[in-house]
Amino acid sequence: MGEPNTAAQPSQEFEKVLVNSSTDVASFDTHDKTPLQKIQHFLHSTPAAVPFVVLIASILVFGLAIGGRFFSSYTLTLILQQIAVVGMLGAAQTLVILTAGIDLSIGVIMVISAVVMGNCAVSYGLPAPIAVAAGFLVGGACGLLNGLLVSRLKLPPFIVTLGTWYVVMSTNFIYSENATIREADVTAVTQWLHVFGVTFKVGTAVLTLGVVAMVALVFGLWYALNHTAWGRHLYAVGDDPEAAKLSGIRVGKVLLSAYTLAGLIAALAAWVSIGRNGSISPSAAVTDYNLQAITAAVIGGISLFGGRGSILGTLIGAMIVGVVSMGLNMLGADPQWKVFLTGVLIISAVAIDQWIRKVAA
Amino acid sequence: MAQEPILTARGLVKRYGRVTALDHADFDLYPGEILAVIGDNGAGKSSMIKAISGAVTPDEGEIRLEGQPIHFRSPMEARAAGIETVYQNLALSPALSIADNMFLGREIRKPGIMGKLFRTLDRSAMEKRAREKLSELGLMTIQNINQAVETLSGGQRQGVAVARAAAFGSKVVIMDEPTAALGVKESRRVLELILDVRRRGLPIVLISHNMPHVFEVADRIHIHRLGRRLCVINPKEYTMSDAVAFMTGAKAPPGEAIAA
Repeated sequence: MGEPNTAAQPSQEFEKVLVNSSTDVASFDTHDKTPLQKIQHFLHSTPAAVPFVVLIASILVFGLAIGGRFFSSYTLTLILQQIAVVGMLGAAQTLVILTAGIDLSIGVIMVISAVVMGNCAVSYGLPAPIAVAAGFLVGGACGLLNGLLVSRLKLPPFIVTLGTWYVVMSTNFIYSENATIREADVTAVTQWLHVFGVTFKVGTAVLTLGVVAMVALVFGLWYALNHTAWGRHLYAVGDDPEAAKLSGIRVGKVLLSAYTLAGLIAALAAWVSIGRNGSISPSAAVTDYNLQAITAAVIGGISLFGGRGSILGTLIGAMIVGVVSMGLNMLGADPQWKVFLTGVLIISAVAIDQWIRKVAA
Repeated sequence: MAQEPILTARGLVKRYGRVTALDHADFDLYPGEILAVIGDNGAGKSSMIKAISGAVTPDEGEIRLEGQPIHFRSPMEARAAGIETVYQNLALSPALSIADNMFLGREIRKPGIMGKLFRTLDRSAMEKRAREKLSELGLMTIQNINQAVETLSGGQRQGVAVARAAAFGSKVVIMDEPTAALGVKESRRVLELILDVRRRGLPIVLISHNMPHVFEVADRIHIHRLGRRLCVINPKEYTMSDAVAFMTGAKAPPGEAIAA
């Protein structure tokens, strides 16, 4: 089928003139692009590039401002320890945002999972594996509830998770009677709840198992999103649910799996947070973990409109927030500047996302 | 027509609330032909095509593929039976690559433990087959199979959707308004693609409002009116104005065409 226009003579009168016209209908535009367009195309195909550049730039800026202290592997790994929990929640949030949804309940799901793990181990005296499993059960059940409401009742994700945010938060306070479980009480019954707080040294770098878990989780999800059918379907559903349905993807199942998995990851983050904090406090439910997770995803280049972005970007986004907050801290700046800069980063990230989307045609 | 039809429908009824979209509609598709389906807006063309392609389940009536009764509950089942549809909106995921789109919903996994346990996709196999299919249809001016579909022009997207249907449709290919959104040159290319697909022996159902295109490529024309098949005409025996007159009700169809 090399010469389309000579193979079949146009039979319509008005199309006769086409024979003389150029025949490269289905060829791709190879015309020269301006450098800016080339950058746009590159960013379009490599969505984690923007946050990566921002991360390197912010490390350099703070490094120059603060000096060698900031570049020490101790400082840089301390940042990783600080972002482990938010990084995991951001990964969970990314799965949901990729389906063009949002999960406002992710933070409180983590808190209630931690409370259940602690209560099972300390108050009920259950063995640690059962306590942890109970936490995962609660986290998974909350995620499943979100998923069912979104995929079966077809309610908007924002409304569903706003509702479950309140429901789960209040359940958390009612169930726990807002009683904090002290670190010593946990340590007295088991070491396993604190396992992710275990630190080890690589040279001068100090890492926790929690950091390892976060990195492993992100790379595991990256693999699943890019190299399995489930991952491709998640992107397709977020991109255009109607097209995904007509392509034979069971949209409801994909949504259900995304929200449920997000709940399970929140439970894993709960386990990691027990390791980091030592104690288990139900009042952590008022912390804006969900917004921090959304922030990490958005700064990492995950499009809130769904279907675009790389989960590696979320990890980088969480690191950017960690670097900025640590840097400002070491400079002795007012902590509000961190909040200020986070806001600026979010708006810039969304503006860049919109620009990259215009790459089409 | 001595041959047995490959796909038939009898007495299809589909109601949406008080609206009857299909009112005992019949349909016949013979092997190796291009059957055009035309009809005014709201005549029930889309509902009938959706019933055949599994997108809607008819309330009443019977559909047979190669003589066997079939009951599709989803487009997936129709695809599994060998009926592929190119939807008017193309059903492509804009942010995914050409190869990803062609294999969406039927990805190939790697052989061995990586595929079974870790469910790893076999990218290179999918890319290779996607490239083969596009070349077969003369679309291999598309160099980068990993290009996102949203960076393609309208005609190229249509080409990808047609290639996907031709690659997997083993029995029937349905095309809904394939030239509606295209320019003159791109329409021409898509019409050639349609003829190419027929040359490979696949029968095609073509839904279109474009009379010149219909009369150019169709072997038979199914005229739909008021939720049912009004008549089937041979494009060589009737003019475009006849066809328009039949489908709008300005003229009664000839007796022998109703029987066809």
